Amino acid sequence: MKVAFRNISMTFGNVKVLEDINLDVREGELICLLGPSGCGKSTLLNIVGGFIAPAEGEVTIDGERVTGPDPRRIFVFQERGVFPWLTVEQNIGFGLFRQTDKEKAERIAYYIQLVGLLGFEKSYPRELSGGMKQRLEVARALAVNPDVLYLDEPFGALDSITRLQMRRELLRIWEAEKKTILFVTHDIEESVQLADRVVVLSARPGRVRRIVEIDIPHPRDLSDPRYIKLRDVIFGEIGLAHQV
Amino acid sequence: MRRFLPLTGIAVFVAVWQLAVVSSPGTLVPTPWQSLRAIVELGEKGLLVRYIVASLFRVTWGYLAALAIAVPLGVLLGLWRRGEHALNPILQLLRPISPLAWIPMAILWFGVGDVSAMFLIFLASVLPLTLATMHAVHNIEGVHLAAGRNFGLTGPELVRSVIVPAILPQLIVGMRLTAGIAWLVVVAAEMIAVNSGLGFLIVDARNAGNRYDLVVAGMILIGVIGVVLDLLMRRLERLPGVRWGYVTE
Repeated sequence: MKVAFRNISMTFGNVKVLEDINLDVREGELICLLGPSGCGKSTLLNIVGGFIAPAEGEVTIDGERVTGPDPRRIFVFQERGVFPWLTVEQNIGFGLFRQTDKEKAERIAYYIQLVGLLGFEKSYPRELSGGMKQRLEVARALAVNPDVLYLDEPFGALDSITRLQMRRELLRIWEAEKKTILFVTHDIEESVQLADRVVVLSARPGRVRRIVEIDIPHPRDLSDPRYIKLRDVIFGEIGLAHQV
Repeated sequence: MRRFLPLTGIAVFVAVWQLAVVSSPGTLVPTPWQSLRAIVELGEKGLLVRYIVASLFRVTWGYLAALAIAVPLGVLLGLWRRGEHALNPILQLLRPISPLAWIPMAILWFGVGDVSAMFLIFLASVLPLTLATMHAVHNIEGVHLAAGRNFGLTGPELVRSVIVPAILPQLIVGMRLTAGIAWLVVVAAEMIAVNSGLGFLIVDARNAGNRYDLVVAGMILIGVIGVVLDLLMRRLERLPGVRWGYVTE
């Protein structure tokens, strides 16, 4: 078991945001944490990331208790997380202060190419589009070779076409790099397109309502009856009829 | 056309000045031309460069000393809320006290001379710079600090790699405004404590025979140098690593 959530509860003041979350994540798995706004899914990700301590319970990774942020597991924020004062290559190299110059340069070059930012090495984030900034942040995270990636609604601020492309990119990178990924989203379609398993959380306080296994191989056909079936199961679970 | 408007403004001002002086017989106020002549006279006596350098010297050292104290202090208070709460009342209390009110204290502690003048510059600069740094630290995006910590940075490394670059754009604006204050104060400081500099020139010219042309010459020089200092500070805002702080996307 890679990541284990044990009886996680969280309160802010008198408000209970998470209640008794239990979840086991396998190595190399892509898990989507899905829930309505305010259900505490981002809080949950921040707890795994070590940025907030839970009120009760604990998270272990490889059997080791999480007590703070750790460079072996990198958190990817929405695109705002890139450092605006650094160029693309400086951003990617940010976490590589323990490597030799040569190794650093090689990794930067490799990840620039992997996320498709060739030719933008010397650009600043303000000169990039939203999707490019998001890819840059993913590259910065991958460059330190973490074994887990946390993505907090990473594509939420992008337009719908870019979002589709970014999902495809993420799957490509995930297959190339074999990372364990925890992906927070409120987008049902997104979770069914990406995840091995979708963890459906209830509205506040967030509880695990159901875990849906998405047993469709990648690349997933969005008109496949199985895809539509699983999507509808989740729609039903969240209590929405998908009619407009 | 737009480029000539600023020049037009100056031309009109000079014309009004000239007219006002000419139509007031017996006035001690010099004409623009007499004032320019006074600047030339200072140059011929070798005083022009000497006084400018003297004033800039005092401003530079007082200001740099303030910067050396204010930036670390501001970062500390910006990160450490309890320290801020403890020190804030004192800072707010000291803020409305004009640096000039400290002149007697300066003379008491440092005697009459350069050090007193520099101390006054220091006092005038240290508070605004501390507050500017502190506010800039408050405005750092939480995600940037979190990302820095996530990559394993703590303490001095986090300050150097995340906090300093993150506050730089706002800090530079604070530095520019404070440099203006420092320049404003040096002139006043030189009126009491020293025997060189542009402030000294103004007081000395009046005391030594009502040379109001030299007084106005001093005023013009102070204004021009102030503008030049500001333009130089503005150039800092164009550094590639800080431009992000000024452009809106």
